[in-house]
Amino acid sequence: MITLRIDDIPVQAEPDQTILDAAKAAGIRIPTLCHLPGLSPVGACRLCLVEIRNWNGKLVPACATPVQEGLDVVANSDRLRELRRTILELLFAERNHICAFCVANGHCELQDLAAELGMDHVRFPYRFPPLPLDASHPKFGIDHNRCILCGRCVRACSEVEGAMTWGFAGRGIFTLIEADLGDPWGDAKTCTGCGKCVQACPTGALFEKGRATGEQEKRPAIVAALTERRPRAQG
Amino acid sequence: MKEIKVPVTRIEGHGLITLRLDRGGKVAAAKFHVTEARGFERFCQGRTVWEMPGITARICGICPVSHLLCSAKAGDAILAVRPPRPAEVLRRLMNLGQFIQSHALSFFHLSSPDLLLGWDADPKGRNVFGLAQAHPQLALDGIRLRAFGQEIIAALGEKRVHPAWAVPGGVRQPLSPEARDRLAAKVPEARRIAQDALALYEARLPEWGEEIETFGNFPSLFMALVASDGTWEHHAGRIRFVDADRRVVADGLDPARYPEYIGEAVEGWSYLKFPYFQDAGYPEGLYRVGPLSRLNCCDRMGTPLADEALARFRAQADGKAVTSSFHYHYARLIETLAAVEQVARLLEDPEVLSPRVRAEAGINELEGVGVHEAPRGTLFHHYWVDEHGVIQRVNLIVSTGHNNLAMNRTVAQIAARYLTGRKVSDGLLNRLEGGIRAYDPCLSCSVHAVGRMPLRVVLVGPTGEVLDERTRDA
Repeated sequence: MITLRIDDIPVQAEPDQTILDAAKAAGIRIPTLCHLPGLSPVGACRLCLVEIRNWNGKLVPACATPVQEGLDVVANSDRLRELRRTILELLFAERNHICAFCVANGHCELQDLAAELGMDHVRFPYRFPPLPLDASHPKFGIDHNRCILCGRCVRACSEVEGAMTWGFAGRGIFTLIEADLGDPWGDAKTCTGCGKCVQACPTGALFEKGRATGEQEKRPAIVAALTERRPRAQG
Repeated sequence: MKEIKVPVTRIEGHGLITLRLDRGGKVAAAKFHVTEARGFERFCQGRTVWEMPGITARICGICPVSHLLCSAKAGDAILAVRPPRPAEVLRRLMNLGQFIQSHALSFFHLSSPDLLLGWDADPKGRNVFGLAQAHPQLALDGIRLRAFGQEIIAALGEKRVHPAWAVPGGVRQPLSPEARDRLAAKVPEARRIAQDALALYEARLPEWGEEIETFGNFPSLFMALVASDGTWEHHAGRIRFVDADRRVVADGLDPARYPEYIGEAVEGWSYLKFPYFQDAGYPEGLYRVGPLSRLNCCDRMGTPLADEALARFRAQADGKAVTSSFHYHYARLIETLAAVEQVARLLEDPEVLSPRVRAEAGINELEGVGVHEAPRGTLFHHYWVDEHGVIQRVNLIVSTGHNNLAMNRTVAQIAARYLTGRKVSDGLLNRLEGGIRAYDPCLSCSVHAVGRMPLRVVLVGPTGEVLDERTRDA
């Protein structure tokens, strides 16, 4: 057992746990977006940044940082709230997140976080990039306007389904999630049509076709449920 | 150059009127400009057909329901499905709620200050607050009637404004028994208010002879949806045109084929297009839509109290079409009563609580038209999609657009009667506003434009010099 402090509360954790795991077990809320139980942590969105007092205030992603003996972690502070809010604002400014008619309106992790972190406006100019919507798959669609590049779909597809249909293409703000080698999703030969990517997606970027405004509820917990039931013998 | 500018307030959106005088000081030309552009038809491109009700409902906060339902109907056409009957019953119910709330807003909140406090009353008190002081019961009734309409919308769509409830293929959720009972309990009061308002209006009618004569009183065509048996219709049915003698000029027209009989002209001085009846050409093919038109087009209202009122309405024109746009107010009140009666009837429909409210389907047609009677008139949504249901092109013809030519004629008629000298007097300003307001126009909708509606009136001399300009802010 390892002992550390999170927000001045002494917490015990197993050596293979992350700061996020330990905080969760202790009932301390740290917001996350790219993290999804059942998938490997990547620390992509930086919303779970925490401050380590005894590392000179260094900022680390709680989801991808293992616990260590004696760590003094700040999980919630004015500085962290401001950082997290800024990250959200940048996400909103980067693409076209229009909640009003989004299929995931009311069931969106990005929207919920904006409310939780008090993001009442965005201080950056919106980029309004012209991004495509691909509805070529018979069951699902992908709207790049709503994609935050968290990669949950990519990981669900490779780590859980094993199909490896989804990947990242391009660099920086021009990155897009792509099926196979940039094919329309409906033409992607590797896609099994399982829909785990849709359930894993935190926003309305991946959706079931036929859903109207606010109708797309997600079940991201199925990812963890599947991996937990799976024998881990290969490991 | 001399110009007069007159602002129009208490309508939705904003506009500009220019009055051009000839050398003799008479009105040579009058134009009602709509000065905003909005771009809905463009930015819907690339979205899916299932999102369209949610997107187009955002065109307006007053009649989102009309766009929502019309868009869902265009979606039905693209899915090539007929929504289950309970879905149609509920869509009708919501549209009637929309009629009640919107008509109540138009009459009680926006127009009755002119009608009941007088055209020359001080603008400071000639508004809903002045009305509340002079006629407290009426003002209260108006608020309660509008709330009833809003409650119908909220009972079905969970919220009063922008409910995302109608979807291609039907509606999202059925009506609960509790909501049905709650609404039914409020019908008697709503009926009483609608009857009282109508009685009050009819009693005051003789006082408004001059306004009736000049507020857009001219022969024209009228267009509306009517049921297959000619009954007043707001959700289904086919298009009928009648002329000023109430002769049926065209009947049973398929709404989906509107481009075959409606042309859309464009003028350089307004962002609002000018639809016209193609057989009559432009601009002779001027037609009106909305409450006045629906009452002129239909054979009967289909409910007892409204049918009695329709008979009195018809008597205004000896059975011919009622041609004064002033009577939009009258028609609106009769429709309000009809809507309350129909709500009562629908709430007793054996299928009103049925859970079978949605037909599921994929993309089966690449083009679809939805048509609907909005409170302000006939509304068309026309979508073209690719094989995956992604919107390629959109055409919207909105009620206020249909009335564009008629509003221009109305402005000219009022200016010719009330303009004296080279100044825009309060009396003229008020009547120009009132004349436009009779149509209850929603300019935000019609040009799919943003903002509220202050109006400017510009009076222009024969050589183009601005003589006078008046502006009234919203």
